Amino acid sequence: MNRNALPHTWQPSRRTFLKAALGAAGALSTAGLLSGCTGGVDPHVITLGSRLSDKNAKLGVKDVVGMFQQQTGGTVRINSVDSTSFQENVNNYLQGTPDDVFTWMSGYRMKYFADKGLVDDVSSVWQPHGGGFSDSFREASTGTDGRQYLIPFFYYPWAVFYRPSLWRERGYAPPKTFDDWVALSKRMQADGLTPIGFGVRDGWSPFGTFDYLDLRLNGVDFHRSLLAGDVSWTDNRVRSVFDTWREILPFHQPQPLGRKMSEAQQALLNKEVGMLVAGMFVAQSFPAGPDRDDLDFFPFPEIDSAVGSSAVEAPMDGFMMRKDPRNLAGAQQFLSFLTSADAAVAYAKQDPQAIPAHRDADLSGFPPLVQKSAALVQGAGSITQFLDRDTRPDFASVVMIPAMQQFLGNPNDVDGLVRSIERQKAAVFGQ
Amino acid sequence: MTSTVPPQTGTETRTPAPKIRRSRSDRWTIAVMLGLPAAIVMGLVWIPTVFTVILSFARWDGIGGTSTIEWIGTQNYVDAVQAYPPFQQALHNNVLWLAFLFVFPTILGIFLAVLLDRGLKGSRLYQSIFYIPVVLSMALVGFVWQLIYSTDGGVLNTILGTDVDWLGNPDVNIWAVMVAASWRHTGYIMLLYLAGLKAIDPSVREAALMDGAGPVRTFFRIVFPLMKPTNLLIIVITVIEALRAFDLVWVINKGRNGLELISALVTANVVGEAGRVGFGSALATIMLVISLVFIALYLWIVMRSDD
Repeated sequence: MNRNALPHTWQPSRRTFLKAALGAAGALSTAGLLSGCTGGVDPHVITLGSRLSDKNAKLGVKDVVGMFQQQTGGTVRINSVDSTSFQENVNNYLQGTPDDVFTWMSGYRMKYFADKGLVDDVSSVWQPHGGGFSDSFREASTGTDGRQYLIPFFYYPWAVFYRPSLWRERGYAPPKTFDDWVALSKRMQADGLTPIGFGVRDGWSPFGTFDYLDLRLNGVDFHRSLLAGDVSWTDNRVRSVFDTWREILPFHQPQPLGRKMSEAQQALLNKEVGMLVAGMFVAQSFPAGPDRDDLDFFPFPEIDSAVGSSAVEAPMDGFMMRKDPRNLAGAQQFLSFLTSADAAVAYAKQDPQAIPAHRDADLSGFPPLVQKSAALVQGAGSITQFLDRDTRPDFASVVMIPAMQQFLGNPNDVDGLVRSIERQKAAVFGQ
Repeated sequence: MTSTVPPQTGTETRTPAPKIRRSRSDRWTIAVMLGLPAAIVMGLVWIPTVFTVILSFARWDGIGGTSTIEWIGTQNYVDAVQAYPPFQQALHNNVLWLAFLFVFPTILGIFLAVLLDRGLKGSRLYQSIFYIPVVLSMALVGFVWQLIYSTDGGVLNTILGTDVDWLGNPDVNIWAVMVAASWRHTGYIMLLYLAGLKAIDPSVREAALMDGAGPVRTFFRIVFPLMKPTNLLIIVITVIEALRAFDLVWVINKGRNGLELISALVTANVVGEAGRVGFGSALATIMLVISLVFIALYLWIVMRSDD
C-alpha cells in the first residue's frame, strides 16, 4: 500500500467525522430548545399533547379538533405520543416545553401536578361551563387549593361484564347481592364454566376488584381516607376486604399472575369465562358488530346493605393546561370548546370505551351499552377514580401492584401483607 | 492513530518524514478528537453517576429546582433493605441470573462451538440457526417467548400437555425467563468460542494427538487453556449481560412477581409521573457498587496476566 496515499484518503473522512460528531453533540444540546420553538405565539395556533394514541382514539381527537377549527378558525396542532411513553415521561414533559393543552387523568394524578405548580388552573373555563358536569366530576377536577385543573371529557365505568347470549343459553341472571353472586359462580362452576375471568400480569387490573370490595364493605369515605394514607392498612376493615376477596378467589380464572388483562378479555369474548370485572375498555377487545352488541354488564354486587352499592368506579379523562401557555387565549378558547357536549360526543363516537362526560351529551345515537354506562354513573351515589388515581401514583405502582400480586400468589398471609404495605406506605408518603 | 500529515503547501515535494510534524490545525484536531469523547464520557457517564450517588441520600420527586430536594441521609438505603421486599428478591435474582448465565449458556455455547468446529456437514447452517437469536432485540425475544410460555394458548403447555403458569408462578418464571435469555446468549458464546477455536494452531492439536491424547483430553488440557483470552472475554460479556438484564422481565411483567431485577426496580421507581428519584438512585448506587466489584475483579485478573 502506498503510504503517501493514506493522508489523502484519511483527511476528508476525519473532517467529516468531526463535523458529524460536533453536529451530533450540537443536536443533543439543542434538541430541548428546538422543541420549544414549535407553536410560537401565533394566536391561531394551539398545541395539543395527546396520549390518546389508540387507533380509534386518534380518529376521535382528529374529529374534535376538526370541529373546533371549523367553528372558530383557530388551528390546533396535535402531538400524539404513545400513551405508555406519555405517562412515563410526563414529569420531564411538563418541566420542559409542554404543549398548551394536554390530555391527562383525574384525581391524584391531576392534583399532583397542580400542587407542583406545573399546570395552570382552568377555573375561568369552569365558571361559565361547569354546569355541564356532575358534582363528582367537578370534585375529580379540583385541586387541593379548591381550583379546577382539568376539563372532564370522557369516562369509562367499571362493572362486571358478561355475554347475554351465553347467559340466556344457560339461564343465568345478573346477581344483585354478593351472596347471589357467589351462588351464581358456584352454578357456573358446576356447569363447567370458569365464573370470573382474571388477568393480573399487567399489575393494575386487580385494583378494580379491590376498590369495589372496599367500597361495598367499608364505604366511599373509608376508601378515600385509606388511599390518602390517613388510615392504617393494618386496620381490620382492610383485612376484611382481603378476607372477602379470598372467599371468591376460587371462582376466578386460575393462575392470573401469568395472564394479561387483554387475555382475560379474550376469554370473555370466547365465552371461556362467565364474567369479568373490568372497565368499559373491555369493549375495545370486542369487534364492532354482533360481538360488541353481545356485551353487557351489571353493577358490582352489594355486600352490606348498610353500605349499599351506589358507589361507582369511573375513571375520568380530560384536558389540562400547561403553566403559562404560549397561547393562553387560544388554549382557553379550545378548552371552552371541549366543555361542550358536542365535542365529547364526537370523540366518543370513535372510541368505544369512552362515555361523554358532559351531562347533556345526546347519547341516543349510541349503543345501549354506552347508554347504560352513562345511566350507571349518573345514578351513582359517589364516583371513585380507580386506585392509581385516588392515591399517590408512586404508592400505587411501587407498593400496591406488588402487594396485590403477593396476595394473589399467597392469599392466606393477609396479616403479613397489610403490615408490609403499611411499612412501605410510611417510606413512600414520607411519614 | 495515523499522524502523517499532507503537505501544507502544494509546492513541497513529498518525502517520508522521519519525525512527526503537527501543524496548528492538526494539534487542534487531536485536541478535539480526544477532548470531545472525554467530554462526552464525563458528561454522559461520570457526572450523572456522581449525581446519582449524591441524590441517593435525598427524597426528591424530580420536580422543581434543587431547593425542593430534601436530604434524608441514608434513609433510602435503610428503606431499600428493610421496607422494600422486592429489593431482596432482586438481589437474589440478579445473583441467580449471573450464575445461570455462567453455567448454562457457556457450557452449551462451548459444546456447540466444539461440535461445529469439527466441520460437520452444513455447519454454517447450524451456526446461523444458533446465532439468529443474538441479532434479535431483547424486547422481541420477550415477545417470542411469551407466545411459548403463555398459560392459555402457549406452545409449551400445548406440547407438554401441562398446565404450568410459566410466567406467573414466582417459583417458575425466573427460570423460564433465564432460559429465554440463554436462548439468545448461547449463540453469542458459541460464536466467540468458534473464533477462539479457529485461532488455535492446528499443530498443537496434532502434537496432542501424536502423544495419544483423546479429543476430550485434548480439549480440556490443551485447547481450553490456550483460549484464555476468549475465556476472559466470555466472563466479561456474561457479567455485563447479567447486570444489564432488564428488557426481558420488563416486557413480561415490568419486573414484578418473581422477576425482580435491580435494573427493573430502578426504572420502576424513577420513571413515571411521580418518580422516587432519591430511592431509585439509592438502588442504582447499590447496583453500581456490585458492578464495581466485578470490574475490579476483572481488572485484577487482566493486570496480573500481563505480568
